[in-house]
Amino acid sequence: MTESTENTLLKTPLNDLHVSLGGRMVEFAGYSMPVQYPSGIVTEHNHTREKAGLYDVSHMGQAWLKGENHEHVSSELEKLVPGDIAALAPGRTRYTQFTNQDGGILDDLMVTRLASSSEDGILYLVVNASRKTEDYQLMSDNLDSSIKLEKIEDRALLALQGPSSEKVVAGLCDGIEETAFMSSQTMMIGGIECWVSRSGYTGEDGFEISVKADEATALAEKLLAHEDVMACGLGARDSLRLEAGLCLYENDIDETTSPIEAGLIWSISKRRRAEGGFPGAARVQSEIANGVSRKRVGIKPDGRAPARAGTEITGVDGAVIGTLTSGGFGPSIEGPISMGYVPTEYSEAGTKLNLLVRGKALPATVTALPFIPNNFKR
Amino acid sequence: MSVKYTEDHEWVSIDGDVATFGITDHAQEQLGELVFVELPDVGSQVEKGGEAAVVESVKAASDVYAPVSGEVTETNEALSSEPTKVNEEPETGGWLVKIKMSDQSELDGMLDADAYSKLIG
Repeated sequence: MTESTENTLLKTPLNDLHVSLGGRMVEFAGYSMPVQYPSGIVTEHNHTREKAGLYDVSHMGQAWLKGENHEHVSSELEKLVPGDIAALAPGRTRYTQFTNQDGGILDDLMVTRLASSSEDGILYLVVNASRKTEDYQLMSDNLDSSIKLEKIEDRALLALQGPSSEKVVAGLCDGIEETAFMSSQTMMIGGIECWVSRSGYTGEDGFEISVKADEATALAEKLLAHEDVMACGLGARDSLRLEAGLCLYENDIDETTSPIEAGLIWSISKRRRAEGGFPGAARVQSEIANGVSRKRVGIKPDGRAPARAGTEITGVDGAVIGTLTSGGFGPSIEGPISMGYVPTEYSEAGTKLNLLVRGKALPATVTALPFIPNNFKR
Repeated sequence: MSVKYTEDHEWVSIDGDVATFGITDHAQEQLGELVFVELPDVGSQVEKGGEAAVVESVKAASDVYAPVSGEVTETNEALSSEPTKVNEEPETGGWLVKIKMSDQSELDGMLDADAYSKLIG
């Protein structure tokens, strides 16, 4: 990273903490972010699976979407996403996607309905850093003028992930044990007001915690003070989500891939499948009825060599059938893992393929996702 | 036997007309924990500056260039099951390749230990 680009990068409220902890800072979506700390990606990854890792995800976009009541705001947002926002209960969080007219994916996001009845009609959105400008524009252009979109720019977002997360937070606040997976509430953690959602991007139990920017470092330090918590960077976040079979926008899903091809049909309720009413519904409904011609699958190289995003996938006959969208090494798998799109006839687990790595055809096997079982709070 | 360094963060140990090379401690630290090392076939020819090996971390694959031209006479087989040896002993047990040099003048202009330390600051 040259000094000139370093100066133009955005910094999160935790930037000084990253630097003081020895974080290796890299550019990501216009932000200076830690890819790892001195302990290294493999150690950070394994620590998150075994205990807990603390991640700065403040680069992601946080926003309010405000309508007159839940019915109003949910029916408006449903014009842009296939998720069932109307059925979202107070204090619950749901994963969905912004789709385009062709049924491709413009971004994926988390939508939370605020818990208290006094806040009825308010949704809290978390969108990808690399897409937030486009997402906000999309909503401004397409939602009724009675809906107010408010970007939240004075808050940081931290993710505490891993099996010790509940224990760590319980030491700093009351009632965390009772919170359910994909639920959200306002809580005091170590005396700091936080919006806490029991969710994450690692396949582990954990919390995403929104906190005022000027209190973010104090909160991070309180969490890091627990012996089970290690500061972790974007490198470990990426290897954890890949093992968990989760999509990274622009790699595994983009404007050409539909939610059905991407294996995200679980995020579309029966009502939305039947009613449609979101951009590209015709393609999505047709794919549900008639099947898809290609699917996102897990692919495990049989040998030790990792195959990275962009690697060509061939059948055993040598014909190119697709491209890897993510690929690397899974520290918990202790081997290489990848994901990509293949024609449906190649998508059955156990199907043999080849991956063209540096000119060599390396044998690989289609593998069910996730690569490791999820460890969510039941 | 003498050890020289390249600006590509490799060390080269010379014994007669055989050069053993690997990546420096500084290089392994930058790369992070290695998860895979690909080495050339014994008997193959490599050109100075051409791709000779690939070292991969969780995050990325990096090419390692041949510091000299010649024939590959031996590779460090232990790295296929234990790639982290490069992290633990980069300039000893984590060596990568031995090359029978075809042109020893290619060693001219390589850095000595002091010059390399200055390079990495």
